[in-house]
Amino acid sequence: MTPLLEVRDLRKHFPVRRGLLQRVTGHVKALDGVSLDLASGECFALVGESGSGKTTFGRCVLRLEEPTSGVVRFQGEDLLALSPAELRERRRHFQVVFQDPYGSLNPRMRIQSILSEPLEVHDTVPETERAERIEELLTLVGLTKDAGRRFPHEFSGGQRQRIGIARALAPEPSLLVADEPVSALDVSVRAQIINLLVDLQNRFGLTMIFIAHDLAVVEQTADRVGVMYLGRIVELGATRDIFAAPQHPYTVSLLSAVPVADPARRRDRILLEGEPPSPLSPPPGCPFHPRCPIAKDRCRQEEPALTGSTDSRQVACHYPGELEPEGLGLSANGTF
Amino acid sequence: METLLAVDSLSVSFPVGDHWVPVVRGVSLDVGAGEFVGLVGESGSGKSMTAYAILRLVPDPGRITGGRILLDGEDLLGLSDARMRSVRGARIGMIFQEPMTALNPVFTVGFQITEAVRVHHRVSKREAELEAVRLLDLVAIPAARQRLEDYPHQLSGGQRQRVMIAIALASKPDLLIADEPTTALDVTIQAQILELLERLRRELGLAVLLITHDLAVVAETCARVVVMYAGQVVEEAPVETLFAAPAHPYTRGLLTAAPGLGRPGARGELATIPGQVPEMARLPTGCAFHPRCSEVMDECARENPDVYPLSSEHRARCFLHGTPASRSEAS
Repeated sequence: MTPLLEVRDLRKHFPVRRGLLQRVTGHVKALDGVSLDLASGECFALVGESGSGKTTFGRCVLRLEEPTSGVVRFQGEDLLALSPAELRERRRHFQVVFQDPYGSLNPRMRIQSILSEPLEVHDTVPETERAERIEELLTLVGLTKDAGRRFPHEFSGGQRQRIGIARALAPEPSLLVADEPVSALDVSVRAQIINLLVDLQNRFGLTMIFIAHDLAVVEQTADRVGVMYLGRIVELGATRDIFAAPQHPYTVSLLSAVPVADPARRRDRILLEGEPPSPLSPPPGCPFHPRCPIAKDRCRQEEPALTGSTDSRQVACHYPGELEPEGLGLSANGTF
Repeated sequence: METLLAVDSLSVSFPVGDHWVPVVRGVSLDVGAGEFVGLVGESGSGKSMTAYAILRLVPDPGRITGGRILLDGEDLLGLSDARMRSVRGARIGMIFQEPMTALNPVFTVGFQITEAVRVHHRVSKREAELEAVRLLDLVAIPAARQRLEDYPHQLSGGQRQRVMIAIALASKPDLLIADEPTTALDVTIQAQILELLERLRRELGLAVLLITHDLAVVAETCARVVVMYAGQVVEEAPVETLFAAPAHPYTRGLLTAAPGLGRPGARGELATIPGQVPEMARLPTGCAFHPRCSEVMDECARENPDVYPLSSEHRARCFLHGTPASRSEAS
């Protein structure tokens, strides 16, 4: 089966300009060679800390940002080769939900206008049926039909995120990129939005890229996970496998750093020292080696490639699996 | 454990139109000397406003409308502004969510720490600098002496938060109030900062009041937890008790709604709390949580429950654990 989305060696380098003449003095490699296949109907999560390149990946795939190099094929078609007009036409097939439900809705537009816009642009629904379709969308995301006449400020954060989701679903896309869709929401509302996204994904067979920094949210939603560090994917695999037996020392430490809502399992964390290095001057060899508890000489010289079969687990580490979560109290009771 | 801070029936209100809307409604809580206490709630629960009120920093036009705040038995609400200024900082330090906005961008880190040292202690500039280096070492900033010359924008988010903590510690306070100190930070950096707070508590005997929306952060660090909803304390318990046997339906809901690593039922429907946090100006009658509660009873809509004790250390504001005042008076 051809994948819905194929990404090959995607790179995005931002030039850094300095001085009076604004000469380019270096590049921030926000995305440094990411390859990925997404099957239709799959929920893929991309996790990493700020600056890891996960948001840039989402934006480059949607061509909200022009990648420096690489290939993005959507249903077999090269997106990067499309003209602006062709791209606009294809956009209805891939939509995005943003993190900030306060900043992503125009405060001067009524909800019905916000939802009507994608229908007009893509002309998927005849004008006479648009009002009906808007009511349908509102019901779909759990809002009342009369919400259409109101303005964004009349809604809470969670309700605004529902409107954002309804807008993304309006042109009936097959790929949805959700960029930290619940990070700005309260805990009791987060679960509602996650359930809604999972439910919609199942109902419409949506393919979803779920970008998150919160591993706990990902465990509940994703089929597969990719872990990013400094613009590269360092580990990729089925969610269950990654959480049960992380292979890359960064994944192990990341899981170890997540606080667990159970005081009885308060444990000795692997405390990563230092902070992610600047993507402006990544260290030689493995980009993770300055923080890695098990770094050896080879890691300081040679950059590990992402290896393993593409349909199961891939790890970019010279010594995968050597930093074991067991010794750190992670899997004391069989799970974590 | 000796009680360091005792907040008793604290109320804070804000004027809306021509009447006052209470945002903190009779909050009582204690922090013992050297104790790590978590104050948990969602946005709008009044947890941050409670912290500001403890420091008497309620922003205008808000007012503290009732209650007492006892620090070592002395009521802070009765102090003159000048006396209060010396308590603030000297005895209670505070750190905030966004360290970038709390630091002055045009002064070096060294200047800001030495300034804090000299406000509270009569020392020479040289001595203050030595103390600044010691404080930066204490909060584990590498190459402390060189960092004194840095400006805040040259530091990462985690390092800025460490600098904020160093400034808060300059006056050797007994209590540190930390308002969502790790919310803006990455998870590996969050773990470092939480570890640092716990080490400071252990080594300096510092009491910490940690204000957070994240129950998992509380589980990792605190000894005791106070849960707030709609301006009131709804439950208070030692951390093990709260997580093993939560008594208030809101606490139970929060615990099951928060996705957690390796929790039973992973990869499936998450339990949710229906509806949303009410607006303080339009609170429901009776118990503020009753429209969202899965165990709602008739009396919940009529009457706001008291705080009922479940044990000497565990209390909850819910009729599941006590009889309505109206009924007990009648009987």
